[in-house]
Amino acid sequence: LTPVRSDLAMAWAIARKDALAELRGRQAAVSTLFFAGLVLLLFGFALGPDSRRLAEAAPGLLWLAIVFGGLLTVARLHQVETDDGALDELARYPLERRAIYAGKAMAGLLAMLVLGGVLLPVVAILYGIDLLAAAPLLVLILLLGAIGFAAVGTFYAGVTVRMRAREVMLPLLMLPVIAPLLLAAVKATAAALGGDPFGELAAWLQLLAAFDLVMLLAGAAGYGYLLEE
Amino acid sequence: MMKTRILGVVALVAVAAASVNGLFLVPADLNQGDAQRIMYVHVPSAWLGYLSFGVTAMAGVAYLWKRDLRLDAVAHSAAEIGVMFTAFAIWGGMMWGQPVWGVFWQWEDPRLTTTALLLALYVGYLLFRRLTDDPRRRASRAAVVGVVAAVDIPIVHFSVEWWRGLHQGPTIGSPERVLDPAAPSQFVIALVSMVVAFTIAWAWLMIRRYQLARTEAEIEELARRGRVAEARRAGMAPPRAELEEPAR
Repeated sequence: LTPVRSDLAMAWAIARKDALAELRGRQAAVSTLFFAGLVLLLFGFALGPDSRRLAEAAPGLLWLAIVFGGLLTVARLHQVETDDGALDELARYPLERRAIYAGKAMAGLLAMLVLGGVLLPVVAILYGIDLLAAAPLLVLILLLGAIGFAAVGTFYAGVTVRMRAREVMLPLLMLPVIAPLLLAAVKATAAALGGDPFGELAAWLQLLAAFDLVMLLAGAAGYGYLLEE
Repeated sequence: MMKTRILGVVALVAVAAASVNGLFLVPADLNQGDAQRIMYVHVPSAWLGYLSFGVTAMAGVAYLWKRDLRLDAVAHSAAEIGVMFTAFAIWGGMMWGQPVWGVFWQWEDPRLTTTALLLALYVGYLLFRRLTDDPRRRASRAAVVGVVAAVDIPIVHFSVEWWRGLHQGPTIGSPERVLDPAAPSQFVIALVSMVVAFTIAWAWLMIRRYQLARTEAEIEELARRGRVAEARRAGMAPPRAELEEPAR
């Protein structure tokens, strides 16, 4: 095997392991989905019952719910590794650390896509949004947003995994970093839903893609330093 | 020691002189009145915030390369001083915004929102440092966190700039707009001298904070040795993590 291919194979194996663990320990994953849906319901109480106002705020509310649910998701994906010292074990294997990062990020991406896939129809129903007209665009935005979130989330989950007060440190460190992602994803979603009257959609998609690329590289480079010791 | 003291005195005199100039000698701005004088401390503070975070990122990279805890102390000192200056810049901006814009917080000003996120990034960095005990683990992780934060800053800047302005031109001039070439040289001199004075004060603060950080590290190390010795006296094996000497 060439090094790159074996890296990819390792990453894929780690991602598959995480996906399997998520499926078998379904309760935690389902609870997170339910929590994110509940956030959308509560936003309705906070801003409703004026349905026009809710429809207007829908892109922002959708992405906030994805962010809140995503924080729990990336934290959980790392927590399972430390509960029984599995991460140390993983770090001891003779494989590139960026493969571990890629694997964890891939698992995070899958979980984020499930989260977004569940929340999109909930938003459509609760806030009265017609998703179908813009469905392909929304899928693309969700994909780009999920990649960025998984890239950043995996890195910061690794940073905080063994520290005190990690429940609060993960969002504290991560939320300012993903502010551009939130902003671009919300703007792109709003543009996609509103027919892009100002022709700004492409610019936001590019920003999302650039964010993803930069954060994947930074995360992969930085993650290795987290595993040493 | 003596040199640092001299630097401190120079900084004090420079800041005092530049302040007297900015507060009393330079005339008030025609449109903004005395509120414009806030710019003389606002702009240097913002500049030093950015400078500090740049130093934190560079010292972080250097630490990951050389593994010298003194570099970590530089990164830590710069981050703390940067947070102070950034908070001061935001505070000054709000004090200026209230009389000139009519609001403390102007969401349409990309610099204000960017700077607020910047402050949040490095407050997180400092809290992260406080919650990690092992000096070497703290140093390498903080370095990575500091570098990723620095990488994020340009993206934050662009996104916030676009957010406000993709389909709407800038409506309100920012404080720095006063500095266009048409501004009378009196104002320019007042601002530049303040920037220089503040930067000297920054250098002095950096040296002092660095010395403090080294002393803190020494105390930490003595406490560690104390714990190891105590565990040995009590006939117990000290925790493995406490046995290793930090590099320097």
